[in-house]
Amino acid sequence: MFEIFGIPSQALFGQLLLGLINGSFYALLSLGLAVIFGMLNIINFAHGAQYMMGAFVAYFLLSSAGLNYWVALIVAPLAIGAFGVLIERVLLKWIYRLDHLYGLLLTFGLALIIEGVFRNYFGSSGLPYRVPELLQGGQNLGFMFLPNYRAWVVVFSLIVCLTTWFVIERTKLGSYLRAATENPALVRAFGINVPRMITLTYGFGVALAALAGVMAAPIYNVSPQMGAHLIIVVFAVVVIGGMGSIMGAIVTGFGLGLIEGLTKVFFPEASNTVIFIIMAIVLLIRPAGLFGRST
Amino acid sequence: MKTLRNLAVLGTILASSSAFAQYTDGLIKIGVMNDMSGTYSDLSGQGSVIAARMAVEDFGAVAKGMKVEIVGADHQNKPDVGSNVVRTWIDRDQVDVVVDVPTSSVALAVSEIARDKNKVFLVSGAGASDLTGAKCSPNTIHWTYDTWALGNGTGAALVKAGSNTWFFLTADYAFGHALERDTAAVVEKNGGKVLGRVRHPFPGTDFSSFLLQAQASKAKIIGLANAGSDTINSIKQASEFGIVSSGQNLAALLAFITDVHALGLQTAQGLIMTEAWYWDLNDANREFAKKFAPQNRGVHPTMVHAGVYSAVTHYLKAVHELKSEADGKAVVAKMKSMPTDDKLFGKGEIRADGRKIHPMYLFEVKKPSESKAPWDYYKLRATIPADQAFRPLKDGGCPLVGG
Repeated sequence: MFEIFGIPSQALFGQLLLGLINGSFYALLSLGLAVIFGMLNIINFAHGAQYMMGAFVAYFLLSSAGLNYWVALIVAPLAIGAFGVLIERVLLKWIYRLDHLYGLLLTFGLALIIEGVFRNYFGSSGLPYRVPELLQGGQNLGFMFLPNYRAWVVVFSLIVCLTTWFVIERTKLGSYLRAATENPALVRAFGINVPRMITLTYGFGVALAALAGVMAAPIYNVSPQMGAHLIIVVFAVVVIGGMGSIMGAIVTGFGLGLIEGLTKVFFPEASNTVIFIIMAIVLLIRPAGLFGRST
Repeated sequence: MKTLRNLAVLGTILASSSAFAQYTDGLIKIGVMNDMSGTYSDLSGQGSVIAARMAVEDFGAVAKGMKVEIVGADHQNKPDVGSNVVRTWIDRDQVDVVVDVPTSSVALAVSEIARDKNKVFLVSGAGASDLTGAKCSPNTIHWTYDTWALGNGTGAALVKAGSNTWFFLTADYAFGHALERDTAAVVEKNGGKVLGRVRHPFPGTDFSSFLLQAQASKAKIIGLANAGSDTINSIKQASEFGIVSSGQNLAALLAFITDVHALGLQTAQGLIMTEAWYWDLNDANREFAKKFAPQNRGVHPTMVHAGVYSAVTHYLKAVHELKSEADGKAVVAKMKSMPTDDKLFGKGEIRADGRKIHPMYLFEVKKPSESKAPWDYYKLRATIPADQAFRPLKDGGCPLVGG
């Protein structure tokens, strides 16, 4: 065993792996934000609340209907995605023409309302949710004990992220979407129902948040403010990656998870701020973000 | 006959108005400030307002000719927000006493303001023992618990049972630092050793990295010097990473019954913790919980809620004796001179440094099979008598203590 800056290499590998796990949550959440911003030009501040709702749906399914984690993994994104569609139809579609700020304020207000309602009924301490039976226990990797569930989180979120990237950047459906963003009138002229496509895209972005929420339920405290804690970091991730860049969101999500993991070893007190320091530096050097195209 | 009745009515009005007139603005205003929306809102929050209201009702303030009003506010765990609220309360709204205030960094700031403006500050939710130590104030009483009492209860019990090496996972603010310092002192005094510490940002979400560092230290006990959802997440993730099953134990230095409820007994079982009050300890407490819970979404009272009740009761007694709430220092001095006695904390006293003295209890969280009803969570392991539960008066370094 060797040492790096006085830290045993074993401990360091463990921390890097943990960083990657946290990064997969960042990636999954910032991916949803990037999709929504890229396609709708809406800065979806309600993303944290929608993530929280996903976790709560998982809890309800288990506690009142006895439906397990695997069912929740499918049902929660569908349910919350449908809720997202409703929000888009009722509220968001009226403000596409306006400045970004209006969308941000509207979704921020929504987030406060949703979180307030949940806090009113469920309190702030949170609710218990167990790791699904199939994924309990863990593997001893030599340098650390890796819970099976965390391994599943990394693998599954990588699959989801890459699939999303592939669909948007490499398929015909994705090309319609991207074209509709560039020039909706022209795409509509080709006989494609652009408003419906946009509605479904928002629903999909929200579903991604809910999916992350279900995945978080067994390891983080299921509480109304769980999203508020995370959303600011995730926004920083999106800004660093470049607003609206799909690959940017994925790569920065995992990358910043790693950097945060390292900070937790070398200077734990700064682990909450390191991401914002990086954001400030990136904005100074590349205002459009690492993967963003400057307009 | 009619004249007689009119005279009687007039007499009553005069009598009651003269009774009110003895209080400066005719109104005793209690400001309950705490975390109403964040991580500490279940253990304090709206429940503390309910507890204060119950105290005013049970005291029979109206019958005694005292007009009492209760206001509540959210400090969001931020010292600047809390300071602003309290300044507005005192300067504009004539609030006479500030109650509860969890989050020690906020409580320390409020204590300074209460001293400057000569009002009364009754702490139930905050933990830092500095409030009655170096930073004590003639206007502040620290009611329910403090970091010294927690460290003393849990720390001493565990070291004596053979768990003599410790690693601390500490919330990086005033409360966490105080809890770590006070517990480490107890551990070392009892012959234990502190192998290391890591300070995490407050509030945090993922503790696995810190837990892994704690695991690498090979300490027998990982002391959680944090609270609320930080403690819940730490315990949840420690169980996930198999820390307890591989032989290390967790000590939740400050955990509330609401935290145990959020964790579920499956995860929380076997945890050892020190508290000042538990709803299922005796009939009086059970009766209080039965009245309290329905008003608070079924959430049972924590020791912080009970402390608010007890503190407000004693405050009203003192004000009633003095017939005035104007001079905060005089009210606190009166409170210190009278022995405390209420249905939740029983008999006790308030020391010169502002520390309220009562027994503390060492509890163990029940196994799921032992719990008969929701909120039936604790087994009593030991009672720490009042004279040993808190830091000796001379050790605190409070300037109010002469000699």
